[in-house]
Amino acid sequence: MAQTFDRPEIQTPENLVYSKTTCLTDNVMHYCPGCGHGTAHRLVAEVIEEMGIQSETIGVAPVGCSVLAYNYFNFDVQQAAHGRAPAVATAIKRLLPEKYVFTYQGDGDLAAIGTAETIHACNRGENIVIVFINNGIYGMTGGQMAPTTLPGMPTSTSPYGRDVETMGNPLKITEIVAMLPGTHFVTRQAVHTPAAVRKTKKSLRMAFENQKLNKGLSFVEILSNCNSGWKLSPVKANKWMVDNMFPFYELGDLKVNGEMINKD
Amino acid sequence: MAKVVGDIIIDIERCKGCEVCNAACPNDVLEMSQEVNGKGYHYVIKVNADCIGCSNCAVVCPDAVITVYRAKV
Amino acid sequence: MKELKLMKGNEAIAEAAIRAGADAYFGYPITPQSEILEYLMMEKPHERTGMVVLQAESEVAAINMVYGGAACGKKVLTSSSSPGISLKQEGISYIAGAELPCVIVNVVRGGPGLGTIQPSQSDYFQSVKGGGHGDYRLLVLAPASVQEMADHVGLGFDLAFKYRNPVLILSDGVIGQMMEKVELAEQTPRLSNEELAEKYPWATLGKRDGEPRHIITSLELESSKQEIHNLKLQAKYKRMNEEEVRYEAIQCDDAEYLMVAFGSSARIAQKVVSMAREKGIKVGLLRPITLYPFPSEIIHKLAGQVKGILSVEMNAGQMIEDVKLAVCGKVKVEHFGRYGGMIPTPTEVFNALEQKIIGG
Repeated sequence: MAQTFDRPEIQTPENLVYSKTTCLTDNVMHYCPGCGHGTAHRLVAEVIEEMGIQSETIGVAPVGCSVLAYNYFNFDVQQAAHGRAPAVATAIKRLLPEKYVFTYQGDGDLAAIGTAETIHACNRGENIVIVFINNGIYGMTGGQMAPTTLPGMPTSTSPYGRDVETMGNPLKITEIVAMLPGTHFVTRQAVHTPAAVRKTKKSLRMAFENQKLNKGLSFVEILSNCNSGWKLSPVKANKWMVDNMFPFYELGDLKVNGEMINKD
Repeated sequence: MAKVVGDIIIDIERCKGCEVCNAACPNDVLEMSQEVNGKGYHYVIKVNADCIGCSNCAVVCPDAVITVYRAKV
Repeated sequence: MKELKLMKGNEAIAEAAIRAGADAYFGYPITPQSEILEYLMMEKPHERTGMVVLQAESEVAAINMVYGGAACGKKVLTSSSSPGISLKQEGISYIAGAELPCVIVNVVRGGPGLGTIQPSQSDYFQSVKGGGHGDYRLLVLAPASVQEMADHVGLGFDLAFKYRNPVLILSDGVIGQMMEKVELAEQTPRLSNEELAEKYPWATLGKRDGEPRHIITSLELESSKQEIHNLKLQAKYKRMNEEEVRYEAIQCDDAEYLMVAFGSSARIAQKVVSMAREKGIKVGLLRPITLYPFPSEIIHKLAGQVKGILSVEMNAGQMIEDVKLAVCGKVKVEHFGRYGGMIPTPTEVFNALEQKIIGG
């Protein structure tokens, strides 16, 4: 029997500092190994547990890799048509203003097919949280070009790299929604390192706290790897994200308490 | 001065062997197993007792596989 | 308190929705039904009953708002006209797949494409055959008066919740725009969230301690499970066919010739019945009130009695297919219609009846 390096004397309830949140189910996630979706799910669930709002929360799942988010979130979830989650969430929040309502959407869902719903929910200042996972690719359908795919980045529908002359430019929708009067908090974070994960969680907490205070729409973009779509190992994909995604999609808050952050 | 010691429990059947935790560990506690779990993944294992309970591994784990304990001795 | 009012059909729908205890209306302007949203905005139902009214950014957003509200067990409706209903079809398919109750009003205009803003019945196929993708059916009500515009809202909600299925009110520009006397129902109170949770255990009103979470979805990746879901839906539609067929038989008892017509066409056809009877020709009218489920049984029965049937529709011949299925070759079935927003006159219909059925 190999040595396990277990220290049973430390593994006691009073020493417990981290365990899986009760706001996630025990279902094994279908995401590829190392995918940022799992981490983002966990952070949303942890914030909901810490705020004690599990019975008060209704999530809206998109179409895309996270279409099955309802299998993992241990609270009420509606699964919306492709791109329509902000419209669905609008109605839920208008009809149940005392509940916490959020959407969880990928880049194709939020920034391509659902652009209208995203912009208008943000512009109306719906009192909801939008969690936006940007990995620059369509994961679920097999790695096609997304609205957020970087210039020159190869995908299955831009096999020679995204040619902005013919395929258009990547859309920085987070910058767009930050300019709308209805958004209260807009930030771009990542989940590739412990420090980044902890910052993302703080942003998510702030977003849900804003909702508690009826502040308007909070928009949390999370840059994530799609190692299968990018055809890299998870660790290399995170490195690629730092080297290629971060220069284009700059991390940090874009708008806090309804005020634009001047980065100059 | 009190020394901080830690330990983790890995739910090896849920581990997908992505190695993200491995990269996040400051004390090189983690490596991938030679064996595979029920899903065929080389899961993460502890290779020394240098854990300080910093939770970095658990925080970056997409599959919530790791439980962390920390104590001052 | 019941109330008698002179109202437009569209206004009657709106007022009836408030009185039915609707929780929300989500819509987008399009002629000839914009009065529904306008009336609701003017009436401030939020102050009367707490009902939410929101002008969405598109018909697509509006129907998905209906999805979100309906999934919370709320009484939610939307309305549009033909091109807008086409846009809503994806959402309607999701609502049918997720088995959510709601009311959708289509005040039909002529098509295809942007078509015309004048009345038509050219959305019959889209309404009764499903409309969007996948095997599903809507329960389709066809009002022929302003009174029925009002009555079908309450009835629509009752049926929608009974079957957990979207209900479509298939109206047209004639009924939507014309004014008639209407008796409005008493106010039905809106239900509290606690009452909803009790009544609709499937609704996403928040996971209660010790109970499983609520999930609303139309997705099933395993085909064997999807088939089970499809079978469940089909069983529901069968039950609708057994329990919900509604029609009005006008002078059918001694009829030698029959017209089948719904909505505003039925009003014209009713005039034709009197014209024919004045000339000693025994003509009857069968007016389907539910277009799905279709009153096939009574039409089949009448087919054994009459010498011919004329399907009168403001389209190029859509309902006639269901009439023919019901008649099953027993007698001749012909179609008469005007298209593109044109409304047939009783004389035109009478002449068609004489030429195609009586003389033919």
